[in-house]
Amino acid sequence: MSSELRYTANTQLEHLHARYTGTGHADLSKYDWLTHQHRDTLASIVGHPTLTSYLAIADGEAIGRVKFEMTERMLQPCGPPPRKDDD
Amino acid sequence: MHLYNLTLQPPTATTQAIVGNFSGARQQEIIVSHGTRLELLRPDVQTGKVTTVIATDVFGSIRSLAAFRLTGGTKDYAIVGSDSGRIIILDYDPKTSTFVKLHQETYGKSGARRIVPGQYLATDPKGRAVMISAMEKAKLVYILNRDAAANLTISSPLEAHKNAAIIHHIVGLDVGFENPMFAALEVDYSESDQDPTGEAFNNAEKMLTYYELDLGLNHVVRKWSEPTDTRANLLVQVPGGQLASSDRFDGPSGVLVCCEDHIIYRHMDARQHRVPIPRRKHPLEDPNRGLIITAAVMHKMKGAFFFLLQSEDGDLYKVTIEHEEEEVKSLKIKYFDTVPVASSLCILKSGFLFVASEFGNHYLYQFQKLGDDDSEPEFSSTDYPSYGMDDPSTPLPHAFFRPHPLDNLVVADELESLDPILDSKVLNLLPNSDTPQIFTACGRGARSTLRTLRHGLEVEESVSSDLPGIPNAVWTTKRTEDDPFDSYIILSFVNGTLVLSIGETIEEVQDTGFLSSAPTLAVQQIGADALLQVHPHGIRHVLADRRVNEWRVPQGKTIVSATTNKRQVVVALSSAELVYFELDLDGQLNEYQDRKAMGSTVLALSIAEVPEGRQRTPYLAVGCEDQTVRIISLDPESTLETISLQALTAPPSAICIADMLDASINKSQPTMFVNIGLQNGVLLRTVLDPINGQLTDTRTRFLGTRPIKLVRVQIQRNPAILALSSRSWLNYTHQNLMHFTPLIYDNLDYAWSFSAELSPEGLIGIAGSVLRIFQVPKLGTKLKQDSIPLSYTPRKFITHPGNSYFYLIEGDHRVMGEDAATKKLNELRRQGKNIDNEVVNLPPEAFGRPKAPAGTWASCIRIIDPIEAKTVSVIPLEGNESAFSLAVVPFSAHGGELHLVVGTAADTFISPRSCTSGYLRTYKFIDDGAGLELLHKTEVDDVPLALMAFQGRLVAGVGKALRIYDIGKKKLLRKVENKTFASAIVTLSTQGSRIIVGDMQESIAYAVYKPPENRLLVFADDSQPRWITASTMVDYNTVAAGDRFGNVFVNRLDSKISDQVDDDPTGAGILHEKGILMGAPHKTKLLCHFHVGDLVTSIHKVSMVAGGREVLLYTGLHGTIGILVPFVSKEDVDFISTLEQHMRTEQSSLVGRDQLSWRGYYVPVKAVVDGDLCETYARLPGSKQSAIAGELDRTVGEVLKKLEQLRVTTSGF
Repeated sequence: MSSELRYTANTQLEHLHARYTGTGHADLSKYDWLTHQHRDTLASIVGHPTLTSYLAIADGEAIGRVKFEMTERMLQPCGPPPRKDDD
Repeated sequence: MHLYNLTLQPPTATTQAIVGNFSGARQQEIIVSHGTRLELLRPDVQTGKVTTVIATDVFGSIRSLAAFRLTGGTKDYAIVGSDSGRIIILDYDPKTSTFVKLHQETYGKSGARRIVPGQYLATDPKGRAVMISAMEKAKLVYILNRDAAANLTISSPLEAHKNAAIIHHIVGLDVGFENPMFAALEVDYSESDQDPTGEAFNNAEKMLTYYELDLGLNHVVRKWSEPTDTRANLLVQVPGGQLASSDRFDGPSGVLVCCEDHIIYRHMDARQHRVPIPRRKHPLEDPNRGLIITAAVMHKMKGAFFFLLQSEDGDLYKVTIEHEEEEVKSLKIKYFDTVPVASSLCILKSGFLFVASEFGNHYLYQFQKLGDDDSEPEFSSTDYPSYGMDDPSTPLPHAFFRPHPLDNLVVADELESLDPILDSKVLNLLPNSDTPQIFTACGRGARSTLRTLRHGLEVEESVSSDLPGIPNAVWTTKRTEDDPFDSYIILSFVNGTLVLSIGETIEEVQDTGFLSSAPTLAVQQIGADALLQVHPHGIRHVLADRRVNEWRVPQGKTIVSATTNKRQVVVALSSAELVYFELDLDGQLNEYQDRKAMGSTVLALSIAEVPEGRQRTPYLAVGCEDQTVRIISLDPESTLETISLQALTAPPSAICIADMLDASINKSQPTMFVNIGLQNGVLLRTVLDPINGQLTDTRTRFLGTRPIKLVRVQIQRNPAILALSSRSWLNYTHQNLMHFTPLIYDNLDYAWSFSAELSPEGLIGIAGSVLRIFQVPKLGTKLKQDSIPLSYTPRKFITHPGNSYFYLIEGDHRVMGEDAATKKLNELRRQGKNIDNEVVNLPPEAFGRPKAPAGTWASCIRIIDPIEAKTVSVIPLEGNESAFSLAVVPFSAHGGELHLVVGTAADTFISPRSCTSGYLRTYKFIDDGAGLELLHKTEVDDVPLALMAFQGRLVAGVGKALRIYDIGKKKLLRKVENKTFASAIVTLSTQGSRIIVGDMQESIAYAVYKPPENRLLVFADDSQPRWITASTMVDYNTVAAGDRFGNVFVNRLDSKISDQVDDDPTGAGILHEKGILMGAPHKTKLLCHFHVGDLVTSIHKVSMVAGGREVLLYTGLHGTIGILVPFVSKEDVDFISTLEQHMRTEQSSLVGRDQLSWRGYYVPVKAVVDGDLCETYARLPGSKQSAIAGELDRTVGEVLKKLEQLRVTTSGF
């Protein structure tokens, strides 16, 4: 890949990342990927009325509570990020 | 295999409801979203009853709804946020009674995604702008306006995105006519994603952010952003802005931020006010558990406003704000009433509160008072230091209230809802029924029910009285044309006629001019003020002054049949002659000079009512013994000439011509139908062409075993036909479409319309020697529901092969069992705590039960007699045990004696699934199944989620393990085990030695039991992961299943592999075969796949009509009941698929979702035709109908007939 091409490809990728949160890339860490997966899943559950009803029945909570707790969990669904080795 | 999907009962769960003047009239209406369906409800202000105006499938998932009105407008529009990636503005057109899509703006991908808007909607109260938001980051603002022609316009979107922000809620601020402003609750995750110590996460702030839409600059700015309570979940708009006429402020503007345990009033540059959310003072309540508001509504009245907020327990709070101009003086909260937990609350200006329950029936309440002057404690922000904001991070002391029965509200109407259906069975148990009933376990918590659903219209009986003899017919009649109600009831007996007058009481009268010594053939109020009686020997024309003109039949002949309307009379004589009379302008009945010889005995006659403004109806239908029906002209030009003839398969027993509206045939005018009832119980319905008198478009239907009688009646001011056979059927028009539904009522011998002051729209019928007066109150509700109350959420139920009882297990998470609750209360009493017994004994159906921590369960086993509709006995489970599965097992070790095995688990946690111990409880049936006796309890290591009888033993899915147990003296004995399943076994079914296993996440696996080596082996599975919720075997190699995401699919195993496995005696071959894709050695093939849109909770292979084809019936969590019908021929498949293709292009989804991609949401739709889409063909405009029919080389009638036939022959609906 010529340097020029890499340059354009990268800007496109950056643009994509800025535009579409959750898009993966080659250097994605396991933690990031998992966090994105969980956030996508949680958002999808809140967005599908049957799934929220299902969880609410299973858990014995109100639908409103289930939605609230799911949204709250989107903040950090997989715990704190791992410590970086290089510092 | 090719299937046709048909919804019999659309979902009834309401995910959101909005109120507005959608039809532009003064009356307010409610639009409710059923997830995949939009419905317009109209509450009647006088009666307080809610009626459905229209309901439409949208072929997409509705996530949010909002109503708005342009400034100065009188009509509200609805905005829909869905999973289509489009914003939709809908207008309700009252003329055509349809939703019209005014605007459809695409902004993103389809699907319920994290950063594609559609989840939240907020409108500017002045209708100038709307914000649509995603769960994260994306927010778009559209400006709404009018163009020169006063049409609604929508701008291109303005972005108000914020990266890495999770959005909890948005709301439009009331700022009067200043720039529109929106408030959002957001949490930024960028810092907590970077901080490994977790400190940033702990310090993450929830921000209340204002976005201002600058109308001048046409862009959106972040105006203000301040941290608020970290457990805030909901925003509520507070009125604001100045009136144009005065300087007075409507309110202080700003928002109520609903947080866990608190409500905060908040506005830019204004003082905050905080009050606690009062909680119930229940001794079993966990004081550390937070309480959140899940639904809220603000209501503005003249010069005042208040809020109703609902907590997750269902308690309503009235919140008021005291303000001086724009400055808030205090925020007050008090308990109002308790209603079911709602997904949406709507207040109508006429003083009603609509509660769209999140589970179970929906209610319309009427306000009795607004809780202004009662002794209920009120909590004000002025009672706390710094208006409750002294230290925002510490909670205010708890405030308490005592819940009371409804005080401010009374129930006005109840809308039945099956949501959620958790399990179902289809059986024909009820006596005198020839079609099966659907038994569904519905509801949640203490509001759960077991409902019996019967196909048919509900009948309300108002009078039932015995008569001296057995009449053979009944009529009612008015005295004059202008009477509002009927005056006489005429009963015809074998040898006489009885006339009753309707007044305060119903009593016999003599001097009516009717002949009482002979039976009657017909009664008619004729002309302006005369009456007519047809008896076998003549016609009596009773004038207003009681003079009688009598026409006598020639000697030796009698009248055998007669038909009348307001101006015409036709009688058939025993000599097979027709005599025709017509009323002239002086009110004289004149005989037409000729008589028509028919050549065959006349069995039935019918003429239609005289059309408005006409002299006569031009057609007479005559049914003769030679199995023909002839249409004869009554036109003066060609009187008594035969126009057309139709041959029948049996002699006719009744004919009825009626003009009824059926929008599938003609949208603007009623169509003239000739209904022909045959002596063999078959009904033919043909359309009579009004121009040339030809009969076309014949539809047939089998009604019952007796010869059919047909009666023209009035139902809800529309003509309808009552068809009486061994069942009574009503043919009526509802929402402009024709319906044909049985009545759930005793067999009637004859019936007629009945209109009196107390029952203006009634029917009168005779059944044997009993006279009955009744109404049909709920047209359109084709399933009659009868419910039996339950204590906890039903989980599963089964039938017994020997008796007709149901065995049902119930269980509720986060609820304390009876034993645990009593124990705890006693302990508290011993500690000397004061216990408010009144609060403890509140009925749980209305107030729910106190929430306990996770891992607490209340559960029981219930025996139900479905025929008597009552509970026979209840066996509560103690020790925090909850039941999850059950099976009736004939243990061959005990000589095939039947036992009930119930799989339970103690201290169960749901996620991740764990329990201290699972149990298999083995019960003996006592008292012929009316009771249970515990034999023994077998401990198992995980939660047993599926049980089934198998070859005289028990197969259990215990967590990930599939095991076979046999009965022992003190325990069940484990015989063989297979632990290769991935997550948990949830469904089991069997044929022969094959066991089909449904895994919670890994689809369906085929296992086989090989007795010689005592091996349980999995030999085939699915190549796709599926989150199975229900499954059933279609045949030995085929399985149909539903998954958690709303798909149904059919998998089939190759018959070669099936034979190979069956031929292997020991299973050694399978044991040593190499697995494929880390699974079993063989894979099943996907035959059919379809996205239903509702989570499938049960699926059965049943036949819905006597002698009909077997279909797959499924139930959905949100209350859907649908069937999948296998097509019988390739021609049908081609025809219906082509029709579906045309419909896809013609009928675009109301939410802008592509139907094909909706039905193929997760996996492309395969070999299933969407019947719901095809049936909308009936609602298309005539030109489009004929265009499509032309493409298919059929006529419109043929297409409609095919669609009806597919529905009727397979479901009877």
